[in-house]
Amino acid sequence: MLYATELMGAKTYDSQGNYVGRIKEFFIEPADQPNRIAHYLLGRGRFQPLVARHDQVASVAPGTMRLNVNERLLDPYEPNEAWLAVQKDLLDQQIIDTSGRKVVRVNDVDLAEQRTNGNVELRVTQVDVGLPGAVRRLFQGIAPQKFIRKMQQRLPPSSIRWEFVNLVEPDPLRRVKLRITHEKLEDLHPADLADIMEELSAAERQGIIASLDEETAAAVLGELDARLTSQIVERLDPEKAADILEEMAPDAAADLLADLPKETSEELLDEMPGQEAQEVRELLEYDPATAGGMMNTDFVFVGERATREEVLKWMRDQELNLDQLDTIVLLDKAAQFSGTVPVARLLLAEPEQTLFELKMEPLLSLPPDASDKEVFEIFDKYNLRMLTIVDEDNRPMGTITVDDVVSKLLK
Amino acid sequence: MWNKESIETQWAGWTERVERVMAAVRPYRHRLALFLAVVGPGLIVSNVDNDAGGIYTYAQSGAKFGNTVLWSLIPMTIALYVSLEMCSRMGAVTGKGLSDLIREEFGFRVTFVLMALVLIVNLGNVMAEFTGVFWASEVFGISRFISVPLAGLLVWALVVAGTAKAVERIFLTVCVVYFSYVISAFLAKPEWLIALLHLLPPQLMHYIPSVRQWVEVPPFNASYMVILAGLVGTTIAPWQHFYLQAAVVEKRVGPRQYPATRNDVLVGSISCMVIVFFILVCTSSTLHSSGVHDIDNAGTAALALKPLAGKWATALFALGLLNASLFAASILPLSTSYVVCEAMGFESGIDRKFGEAKIFYALYTALIALGVVFVLFLGRFAQTILLWSQVLNGFLLPVVMIFVLILVNRRDLMGEKVNPKGFNWVAWISTAAMIGLTLIVAYSSIRELLTHPSS
Repeated sequence: MLYATELMGAKTYDSQGNYVGRIKEFFIEPADQPNRIAHYLLGRGRFQPLVARHDQVASVAPGTMRLNVNERLLDPYEPNEAWLAVQKDLLDQQIIDTSGRKVVRVNDVDLAEQRTNGNVELRVTQVDVGLPGAVRRLFQGIAPQKFIRKMQQRLPPSSIRWEFVNLVEPDPLRRVKLRITHEKLEDLHPADLADIMEELSAAERQGIIASLDEETAAAVLGELDARLTSQIVERLDPEKAADILEEMAPDAAADLLADLPKETSEELLDEMPGQEAQEVRELLEYDPATAGGMMNTDFVFVGERATREEVLKWMRDQELNLDQLDTIVLLDKAAQFSGTVPVARLLLAEPEQTLFELKMEPLLSLPPDASDKEVFEIFDKYNLRMLTIVDEDNRPMGTITVDDVVSKLLK
Repeated sequence: MWNKESIETQWAGWTERVERVMAAVRPYRHRLALFLAVVGPGLIVSNVDNDAGGIYTYAQSGAKFGNTVLWSLIPMTIALYVSLEMCSRMGAVTGKGLSDLIREEFGFRVTFVLMALVLIVNLGNVMAEFTGVFWASEVFGISRFISVPLAGLLVWALVVAGTAKAVERIFLTVCVVYFSYVISAFLAKPEWLIALLHLLPPQLMHYIPSVRQWVEVPPFNASYMVILAGLVGTTIAPWQHFYLQAAVVEKRVGPRQYPATRNDVLVGSISCMVIVFFILVCTSSTLHSSGVHDIDNAGTAALALKPLAGKWATALFALGLLNASLFAASILPLSTSYVVCEAMGFESGIDRKFGEAKIFYALYTALIALGVVFVLFLGRFAQTILLWSQVLNGFLLPVVMIFVLILVNRRDLMGEKVNPKGFNWVAWISTAAMIGLTLIVAYSSIRELLTHPSS
């Protein structure tokens, strides 16, 4: 096992044994191979730096590297955006450990040798985020190699396999060139991803949100601290921001827009499709400290005379938001609110039972201008998971779910 | 006159007036709310600055040179504001702490050395804070073997048991106790107009015939320069920059909230200097004018006030000292362990459990424990430690300031928010002045330590 720190500054000799220069940087070319050191930057003091390709290396050891070609065959160095620099882009930078679901800082990079006839390739195996790497960084070049190796053996190792390393690159163009995708992040739970995002810098957060698909981005924004959310949305491209808002529940979108400056929120609403924008606009009218400000207008309602079988069949055909599907709102013939049925009750009912027979007692609802205190009290008193909000004509306008209450209480 | 109608009409008048005031205030309510939401870090960071070491230095300057040091307050306010504003701006724009940025831009080794220095310097500061608790409790006649461990325990428990938000709220409330110095100063009955006059450069005032007779020109000799450097050294401390930037990041201040944070820093810098002004005026009008020119600790300063300004002035002065020491003793160990752990990549933050952030809690506990033990068993070296911690602060400050100035001018980090040209000039000049003054204080302190090692 070799370490990037140990190899940094190694003297390099060509096939004739002539001194060429010292290793100044390692480059990975992710577009070619995700973990191979593809190029070695050789510094030569006041002369132009050269670059050795991976197939021009004969052997590597701490302190020395030998090439299998003559110095004249090496290319002069030209900066390349598509190369990932180990020292500049990795060491001391923050990365996301997708297996441990946290943000860590890289102390060192571990490399493995891979020999083929007359050629040695280095492959990145893991990044060191623990004390051994720290000790190497601190003493490299100051204390003898043996001492450092001995000391690091006594320290608890802590490293992350290269497959689980997710780089954060704020610049979108460079991200594409470096083939950095955030697919692995999309598999994380939105709440975990939100925790990770909170530890990153503003530009990095922006970069991640911009590269996630809209659905994940919407879920993450829903979990983030309100101030961060508005900062992120404000800086997004309006079209993308509107797409994300569309994916969010209307109440969450309205909360988010309420924190933005007037012009920005108007601009985003104009970008959104008419019906969604209309719903959000209506919600924005309500004071956040009222039932209207807490409710979600996206809810499932059916006629009270429908049977269990009919309802289940209907629901299967709809594209319903499963997070919201906890309780079903019932309407009577006059399209007025007549009760609610928890999905659990529906599950256990007979196929031919009507929803009217399954509905919860007592019949509870609040008008949109009820204060948040009233909402909390009614949830507490009746151990509710969902409450229906009705207008003056007793028509359901929206529902408040228990998670809305919890987040409101925690604010 | 007191019949029902007249009361009713008067009452009606009042409600109308209150309504009018409310109507006038309403447009500002949103702005005020925004200010209050991000207020805190700036106010805390500049007020913790008036800690035990600071109060000792101010009391000493006031006693020794009277009103002639007052003119330095205005340039010092500017330097304090400029240096803190840069850090808060960096925090708001990059979303990263100062130690993070140094690690990312200057590498592991530089960061390690800097963090080691920060740790040593801040340990000295923590010791000085507990010495302040000791001095204050002495004034009230309480043994240090009771007061100091109790203070240590209180500070430790406050952070380990409380949440970050509660702790900050307590600290903000505690800022109010600083007004005890204002009352102390009023009890000392100083010549206010003359004191205010000395806020302007005395050399200039000297040329205005009508005010000339009241102005004392400072004696620009060696001991005056040392006092001046001491004032700067205790007012602008390296740890503040780390703390402030981390707090701005923690508060999620972004570019849109930044103006409110800048006001917070401005209000903090000014309020800090106002308190310094009152301490200086209080000690100068009592101690200096009655010939007490040398005091050996801040507690003595409080006691010396008794015959001159009454026992209430003494009590308030000591209360202020106790408050300042406790306040700083709770913030310094916390911010130090936070900054060091962040830079080295250890888990940190009081929201983490003990098992998750062992190094963080170990550092925090060790800093407090060492501070307490030092005062209990090595209290006789307090003067030496105080002097040394000032010297070390002085050495570290220019280093930190140079890092800050390099980072804040990097366009790739700050974009459009790099220092404006004029601002940069002020920043570099005040850094240069700080370097000059801290070199003077370092030189003289080292000379003193070498010639009088026992003191």
